[in-house]
Amino acid sequence: MRGASAAVLGLVLLFLIGPFVVILLAGLSAGDTLVFPPQGLSLRWFAAVLESDSLWTAFVLSLWLAIGSTALALAVGIPAAYALARHRLRYGETARAVLTSPAIVPGLVVGLALLRYFVVPLDVSVLSALVLAHTALLVPYAVRVVGASLANLGVDIEEAAVTLGASRLRAFALVVMPNIRSGLLAAFILGIVTSFNQLPVSLFLTGPGVATLPVEMMVAMEYTYDPSLAALSSLLALMSVAVVFVAERTLGLSRHM
Amino acid sequence: MAEPLLSLSGLRVDFGAGRPAVDGLDLAVAPGEIVSLLGPSGCGKTTTMRVVAGLITPQAGRVWLAGRDITELPPNKRGVGLVFQSYALFPHLSVFENVAFGLRLRRQDADRIASRVGAMLEMVGLTGFETRLPRELSGGQQQRVALARAVAIAPDLLLLDEPLSNLDARLRLDMRAELARIQRESGVTMLYVTHDQAEALALSTRIAVMADGRIEQLGTPEDVYASPATAFVARFMGFETILAVRDGILASASGALGPAPAGAVNGSALAWRPGQVLLGSGAYAGRVEAASFQGESVEYLLSTAAGAVKAEAPARAPRWREGETVSFDLPLAAAARLPSV
Repeated sequence: MRGASAAVLGLVLLFLIGPFVVILLAGLSAGDTLVFPPQGLSLRWFAAVLESDSLWTAFVLSLWLAIGSTALALAVGIPAAYALARHRLRYGETARAVLTSPAIVPGLVVGLALLRYFVVPLDVSVLSALVLAHTALLVPYAVRVVGASLANLGVDIEEAAVTLGASRLRAFALVVMPNIRSGLLAAFILGIVTSFNQLPVSLFLTGPGVATLPVEMMVAMEYTYDPSLAALSSLLALMSVAVVFVAERTLGLSRHM
Repeated sequence: MAEPLLSLSGLRVDFGAGRPAVDGLDLAVAPGEIVSLLGPSGCGKTTTMRVVAGLITPQAGRVWLAGRDITELPPNKRGVGLVFQSYALFPHLSVFENVAFGLRLRRQDADRIASRVGAMLEMVGLTGFETRLPRELSGGQQQRVALARAVAIAPDLLLLDEPLSNLDARLRLDMRAELARIQRESGVTMLYVTHDQAEALALSTRIAVMADGRIEQLGTPEDVYASPATAFVARFMGFETILAVRDGILASASGALGPAPAGAVNGSALAWRPGQVLLGSGAYAGRVEAASFQGESVEYLLSTAAGAVKAEAPARAPRWREGETVSFDLPLAAAARLPSV
């Protein structure tokens, strides 16, 4: 029994980690085509990726897009989560359902709808469209994670702060914010990772000269067949691991998911 | 009574469902008094206190503090101290910063804050705990910090919402004595919410017994304990046997017990504590349903024609066993006289 469950566990781990190992090794190939096992070992494709202007441009755009849209989503999501957690609103449950709905609508549908009925008729710039779309995608995460933190925090400490002389806004800044800080950081990291990896919505909203990294990668995959994409994927995976590792060590990220 | 520090008139709070939580409440508290709002859960005592703090806006009625109408004043402008049942300490701040919180909002300079916080912590016996976080303190210590924090802003009025109910029995007695001492030393007026009769009796200048959003009786602890004004107050203060006097007969809704004691007023009601029921002889009789040994005394549950009667007799007195019939007396002199059952 013990041996059997260990074997199953081993298979699951292989299933989860295997693709990463395959991609990493394929990226380390010295050959010119994407194959596994690699033909010799070298770092040339890693170097090629880091020297590619178009990939760097896409990477920087994706990073800024992720940071900007996450910040915007939190700016909207924190007050929304607070209102839902603290006030018994007349249509509170409906509002909660609406605020969390984009997460269950397929990204392709969201992207197509935004393009067809928002970007094209209103002639919105590609960058604004991307920021707005990503913000809308991230608001549900922000509301949920911040809401969970608020639910664990008693109302009484806000009331204590208010009777001691703080306005409602100051009580929020002085007493609520510091106590949901790790929840906010968790929401921030979750938002950045989600936005950074987002493909289906971005696919419809990128335009000439403006492509996020996942879109750039998909386009590249259609035309080239060298190991550079495998090298890039490995770099991105390592970056994600590093971010999650630091977040877990400093904040205990897993408590908020 | 001196010019009241706090006065409530015609207070009404309606949360929308069922009967109002507070229903036409009037109360005046003199400076330096400890007035308890005593009653079972749901009687409106906490709601009344939260109205005074400004955390709930009443639908009707006014709140005056030190001669000023504060009904519309937001809670952060009232300068009223509030101690919560849950302590409500700021988890991310040290003991020092918790106590200093209200002083910092008042932009006092650092030296004054340090000396005030020091004095407050000394008052509650927590000198040396300045750098601890709330989660590193016991429940009793947390409640002391909460008390120090509320008193630090030198409020005219200190509101306490069941401050001792989360503490264990022995600690509760210690803290009760400490609250009384702090009140004497600081002279602060207290409005004290509790459901514990013993706590209210021990601590209060006056007690307001509440039921259904109203004050049933307002009086000194001695008054309320010995002379309850209504059957509700009598029951809450431990009068277990409450009977109506009708046509010279002592009776409950379920039946007649026997002739009323001479001098009892027809149409009124009489109430006795278990210890006031005299067992062994008398005009009434009951069957012993249960006898439980309490140490100093034995508590008997008698079933009579008028329902259950609870009696308590010294443990050394003759004992009665379950199933025995015992005669007993209900002396008029000991009884609390009530307008009705």
